[in-house]
Amino acid sequence: MEYFVQQLINGVTLGSIYGLIALGYTMVYGIIGMINFAHGDIFMVGAFLALIAFVVLTSLGITAIPLALLLVLLIAMALTALYGWAVERVAYRPLRHSFRLAPLISAIGMSIVLQNFVQVAQGARVKPLPPLIEGGITLLDNGTFRVELSYVQILIVVTTVALMAVFTWLITRTRLGRDMRACEQDMRMTSLLGVNVDRTISLTFVFGAALAAVAGIMYLLYYGVVDFYMGFVAGVKAFTAAVLGGIGSLPGAMLGGLLIGLIETFWSAYFSIEYKDVAAFSILVIVLIFLPTGILGRPEVEKV
Amino acid sequence: MTDAATPSPPRFAFGAALKSAALSAVVALGLFGLMVGIRTETGPTGSLIYWTRFGDVALLVAAVFLGRFLRVLAFGDGPIRLQRLVPARWQEASAGGERFARLMPGRNLGGIFSIALLGFALVAPILFFNNRYALDLGILVLTYVMLGWGLNIVVGLAGLLDLGYVAFYAVGAYSYALLAQNFDLSFWVCLPLAGILAAFWGLILGFPVLRLRGDYLAIVTLAFGEIIRIVLLNWQNVTGGPNGISSIPRPSFFGIPFNNDDDGFAAVFGLDYSATHRIVFLFYLILMLALLTNWVTLRLRRLPIGRAWEALREDEIACRSLGINTTNTKLTAFAIGAMFGGFAGAFFATRQGFISPESFSFVESALILAIVVLGGMGSQLGVAIAAIVTIGGFELFREFAAYRMLVFGGAMVLIMVWRPRGLIGTRTPSVFLKQRKAIAGALVGEGRG
Repeated sequence: MEYFVQQLINGVTLGSIYGLIALGYTMVYGIIGMINFAHGDIFMVGAFLALIAFVVLTSLGITAIPLALLLVLLIAMALTALYGWAVERVAYRPLRHSFRLAPLISAIGMSIVLQNFVQVAQGARVKPLPPLIEGGITLLDNGTFRVELSYVQILIVVTTVALMAVFTWLITRTRLGRDMRACEQDMRMTSLLGVNVDRTISLTFVFGAALAAVAGIMYLLYYGVVDFYMGFVAGVKAFTAAVLGGIGSLPGAMLGGLLIGLIETFWSAYFSIEYKDVAAFSILVIVLIFLPTGILGRPEVEKV
Repeated sequence: MTDAATPSPPRFAFGAALKSAALSAVVALGLFGLMVGIRTETGPTGSLIYWTRFGDVALLVAAVFLGRFLRVLAFGDGPIRLQRLVPARWQEASAGGERFARLMPGRNLGGIFSIALLGFALVAPILFFNNRYALDLGILVLTYVMLGWGLNIVVGLAGLLDLGYVAFYAVGAYSYALLAQNFDLSFWVCLPLAGILAAFWGLILGFPVLRLRGDYLAIVTLAFGEIIRIVLLNWQNVTGGPNGISSIPRPSFFGIPFNNDDDGFAAVFGLDYSATHRIVFLFYLILMLALLTNWVTLRLRRLPIGRAWEALREDEIACRSLGINTTNTKLTAFAIGAMFGGFAGAFFATRQGFISPESFSFVESALILAIVVLGGMGSQLGVAIAAIVTIGGFELFREFAAYRMLVFGGAMVLIMVWRPRGLIGTRTPSVFLKQRKAIAGALVGEGRG
């Protein structure tokens, strides 16, 4: 029972990180209908930028953890957002009206570029970060097994919930959110009504990348290591989460992220850790067969 | 935004170009400032240390500034049109080439080029007999040509986007390695078996994805490729896990081994023994396999199933309305594409003598897909040229191993932006009424499967 609760906590934490990445996928897919294959690597770039910012801030003498964390969050979000913007501008915008496969191929190319750029710039070795936030709360203790809820886990879940709330407000209540939803429905009509479509799409990428940066920081805090290849698997799983929840739907992405996190954690805990990725990918295949539009997605109507 | 319809977009003024370049330089500073400027590394005590490289950042920013400045000055903000850089006289000369093509009806330039390429491939082992490196490179290129043609059946003809093609390559390679090692079967028995097993896996993948289209299909095939790789990596007692399988039997010349013994290839044919004999044999073997792929594809395109593939690519709904069984059509495309992937895999295993899951990562799938798309999906000649250019380019950058993937990814993006339809974007229909005509790729809608 204690073991189960502990895995539940770990699963929710991991799920929150996946959910944050999945939001970026689902927003971009919703608005321009393409898989932003480079999004997982944007997440990796975010984690690296956070690591570099930490190192620099520490050497500058800023050692107060809350202040350093806040600064790192701001720096990594801003710079990763810039990466998101640049990727859209360079690789996707020229292909806006091209045939369907072109942006996907371009995105795969961009993903390879980002991975290898970071490898060249920062080296191929795994980079560790000493734990910044230590300690936690012991929830249950039966003498043999203790259920721990660490402060990092609390931070991750609280940040995710807060960002989710801000995002829901952004999409449903602001001018920008309205523009985004309009673009999603009919891009040409939206531009006729005086909305700057290019700018709206750019901002979608910017916000998606900023969220991925937050996920990157959380990952860095939680696992304490980053490497240039981590974006690929995390990205595929986050995409799985977005599809599972129903692509295009923000609550769906979060729900999908949580489910994938839980499935992966429980699979590792009770079956085999080697095959945890197989479990996640198999879920994707099964969901797509029986529930092609995901849990919260709208059915796609095909017009001839 | 520059309208494509206007004959010549107004050139940007000097000031505007300067402003645009300065903006790009600021963005570049943001992108590279931390990532390139600060190099982190694990120090001797295990904690992170860093050193600065602001000189590199300055160089990168300057390069972006200059690049953007020249681009805006030459082309404005619109698309890059290389014609504008070529003097009018040269343009007339290139029009002469088209006239030449018209002078030779029935034998278009592509056809002549294909025959020349094939002829070169046939004599290459004789020309480069003493150049082991060139022969190895040729074998590598031909392997990718074959993989490209195999994937072309799935992506180019049937329009089903497959990001996990490497899985079938892996199934073929492991099938051959395991069959040859455990049951002592010869290459010529294992080759069809590897193809059949890969085709079987193609069907297994095909069934669940029958209802999926476009991007969903892409991601499920990707997941499938990863599943196969993870299983190969972890199923220690069968596949050897990360250590792979080594000392895989080498191919023999229809039962005659390539060695220095009395019953070896050299002795039987009365030749002096040379290790190159095997390489030359492998070269012709993969050339034959690749040509088989090409021939089968070309023949299938004339059969009802091939036409059904192309119909499926163009419009699935129309296809179904006309009574074509889309289930069978998709499954055969997956199975036949996978079969050729399996053949290539068996060849890969026998050539290398060693296989491990590392050779079957997603990057490999992306590389094969890039070859198909860069070549212009559906064009056999285009795929062959793209394979030569891509693998050849890879070899050119061999000394800069760290940078070559970077360049490869960048080239993928640039070529997509420059020619989204690939190098050979025109289509030649397999069925025509009076006259065979090439159709511009822009007029063909596809890739929705």
